[in-house]
Amino acid sequence: MFIAAILGITPWPIVSAIIVFVLMVVVLFFARHTAHQAIRTATNAIARGLRLASHSVANGEKRLAARNRDVLLSAGREAKERIVEREFDRISDGVRKDLTNYPTLHRALSESIKHIEENHQHAVDVPPEAPGWVRAVDAVAKLDSKNGGSTDILADIHKSMIKAHKEAMDAYREASGERHALLHKMMPEWRAIKEALDRVQASVDSLLKRSDVVDRHMQEYEDIVRGQDRAVSTLSSSSVVQFFVAGLVLLIAIGGAAINFSLIARPMSEMVGGTSYIGTFRTSDVAALVIIMVEVSMGLFLMESLRITRLFPVIAALPDRMRIRMVWITFTMLTLLASVEAGLAYMREVLLQDELATGALLRGATEGGLQNEYLWITTVAQMGMGFILPFALTFVAIPFETFVHSSRTVLGLCGIGFMRALAMLLRVLSNGFRHLGTLLERIYDLPLFVPLWLEARAKAAAESDRSREVVPTSEAQV
Amino acid sequence: MKYLFAGLLALMLTACAPTAPRNTGVYLLLDTSGTYSEELQKAQSIILFALSRLQPTDTFAVARIDTASFSEKDIIAKATFDDRPSAANNQKRAFSAQIKSFVQLSKPATHTDITGGVLQAIEFLNEKNSGRKIILIFSDMEEDLEKGYIRDIPLNLKGFEVVALNVTKLRSDNVDPREYLSRVDAWRDRVEKAGGRWRMVNDLERLDGLL
Repeated sequence: MFIAAILGITPWPIVSAIIVFVLMVVVLFFARHTAHQAIRTATNAIARGLRLASHSVANGEKRLAARNRDVLLSAGREAKERIVEREFDRISDGVRKDLTNYPTLHRALSESIKHIEENHQHAVDVPPEAPGWVRAVDAVAKLDSKNGGSTDILADIHKSMIKAHKEAMDAYREASGERHALLHKMMPEWRAIKEALDRVQASVDSLLKRSDVVDRHMQEYEDIVRGQDRAVSTLSSSSVVQFFVAGLVLLIAIGGAAINFSLIARPMSEMVGGTSYIGTFRTSDVAALVIIMVEVSMGLFLMESLRITRLFPVIAALPDRMRIRMVWITFTMLTLLASVEAGLAYMREVLLQDELATGALLRGATEGGLQNEYLWITTVAQMGMGFILPFALTFVAIPFETFVHSSRTVLGLCGIGFMRALAMLLRVLSNGFRHLGTLLERIYDLPLFVPLWLEARAKAAAESDRSREVVPTSEAQV
Repeated sequence: MKYLFAGLLALMLTACAPTAPRNTGVYLLLDTSGTYSEELQKAQSIILFALSRLQPTDTFAVARIDTASFSEKDIIAKATFDDRPSAANNQKRAFSAQIKSFVQLSKPATHTDITGGVLQAIEFLNEKNSGRKIILIFSDMEEDLEKGYIRDIPLNLKGFEVVALNVTKLRSDNVDPREYLSRVDAWRDRVEKAGGRWRMVNDLERLDGLL
C-alpha cells in the first residue's frame, strides 16, 4: 500500500521510483555522518558491554578456580592427614606390640646366651693328665739289664701303663661325649636366638617400610600445604576418578535398592492398601521407598558412628560412649528393618502364590496354584535378600561420601570450563559487534556511491586548487 | 520468603487434594432368555476373564436380563474388591463360585428386557462412582418386552462404555442379514446419542482389549 502510494507520485512508476531513490540518497548522504555515529555508538556500546561481561565472567572463573583449588587442597590435606594418621597408628601398634614383647625377647635371649655360656664352659676340652711315673720308668730303664729284677718290674709297669692308658682314654672319650652332648644341646638355643633376631629384623624392616610410606605421604602433604601446582593437578585428576568410580558404585547401589523396592512394594499394599495414592504415586510404593530410605539413613548413621565416614560433624564430635551407644541403636534399628523386610519378602511370596492360585482358578484350572516342592527355595532366597540388602545398602555411605566430596571439585571444574567458554564466546561476540559496526557503515555507504564519488572529486579539486594557490605564493616569497 | 511459603503451601494443598477415582466399575448383563441361555457357558469364561483383570477397589456386578430387568433382584453377584490384594483374591474366588452355581441352576426367561438391565447398570455404577464405567451386554441384542412394560426411556450414558458381547445371529438374521445389522446399528445409535461409547466384541477368544 505504502509502496504503491510512493510509486504513484508520478504517472510512471519507474520515474517515481527513481525520484524516490534519488531523494533517499540525498537524505542518506546528508544524514551520513550522524548515521555513522549512531551505528558506531550502538555497536561499540554492545561490544563494550559484551567485553565487560566477558571480563566479569573471566574474573568469576578465576575466583571459582581459586575456590576450587582451595577446596581441592583442603580435601587433599584432610585425606592425607587421615592417611598419615592411619600410618602412624599402624606404626604405633607395631612398635607397641614389639616393645611389649621386648622384655620377653630380651629375657629369652639372655637365658639362651647364659645356657650357651654354661654349656660352653662345660664343654672345654681338658687334656688327659700325663702319668707322673714316666720319669720312674726312665730310671728303671737305666738299671742294668743283667740284674734280672728290672725286667719283671718293667713288665709290670708296662701292664700298668696299658691299663692306665686305657682308663685315661675311656675317661677322655666319656668327657668328649659329654662335651658333644653339651654342644648338641646348644643347637636349639642358637635356633631360638636366630628366630628371635629374625623377628626383630622383620619388625625393623616393617617399621622402615612404614616410615618410607609416611615419608612419601608427608612429602605429598607438604606439597599440598605449600599449594604446589603438581599437587593440585594430582588431586584434581584423582578427584575426577573418584567421582566416576563413586558414581558407578552408587548406580550399582541404586540397582540394589530397586530390587529391594520390588521385594517389598507388593506386600506393602497389604499394609497400606493397594490403590490409595499420594499425589500421583501409590501409597504402597511410597511406603516401600520410605522404608528403604530409612534403611539407607540408618546405614549412614551407622557408618558415621563407626567413624568410617565423616559426613556429619555432630556425630563425629560425640563422646565415645555416646557414639558407641549410637552404633548399637542404629545397628538394632537396621536389624529390625531388615527383619521387617524379610517378613515382607515372605509375604510377597505368599501373595504371589495366592494370586497364582486365584488366577489358575479363574482360568478354569482344576488345581489352583503351583504344586512345586522346591518353592521354599525361592521363598528362602527372597527372605535372605530382604534381610541382607539393608545391610549391604549400609555400605553405600562410603561411595556416597566420596561422591559428595568429589562432586564439589568436579562441579567446580565443570563450572570453570563453562565460564571459560562463556567468557570466550562473549569476547568473540564483542569483536563481532565491533566489526559489525564497520560493516553496517559500509553497507550504509553502498547506495551513496555516486554522491560520495562526487564529494571525493570535489575534495580532490579543492585540494589541487589550494595547492596551486600555495605554490605561487611561496615562489613569490622566494 | 513470602513467595516460597506460598509455593510450599500450594504444593501441600495440591498433594492433599482428593484425586479423581481411578477404579473401574463393570456391570455385566447376561441374557437368559430363550435359546440364548445356552450361551451362558461362554459368559462364565468372560466373567472369569473380567475377574482376573479387575484390581482392588474395582467394582464388578453380574446381572441377568429377564422379563423385567430393572431390579436389584436380578443381580446375581456383586463385589467391590478390597484394597488389600489377598482379600480381593478371596472375593474373586467367592464371586466365581456364585457365578458357577448360577450357570448350573439358571432357567431361561420368557422375555428380554435389555433396556431395563442397562438402566439398572447405570444406576448401580453411578452409585459406585467408579472412575471408568463399563457395561457389558452378553446378548443377541434382540429386545423382547412383555406387554405393558415401558422402556422407551432416554438413557444417560455419558462417561459409560457399552460393550456388546457375543451378539449372535438369530435364524431370521440369516434369512435377512439386514435385521441383524439394523438391530446392532439401532443399539449403537441409542448408546452414542445417550453420550456413551459403543463397542461390539464377538470374538471371545480375543478379549485382551475388553477391560
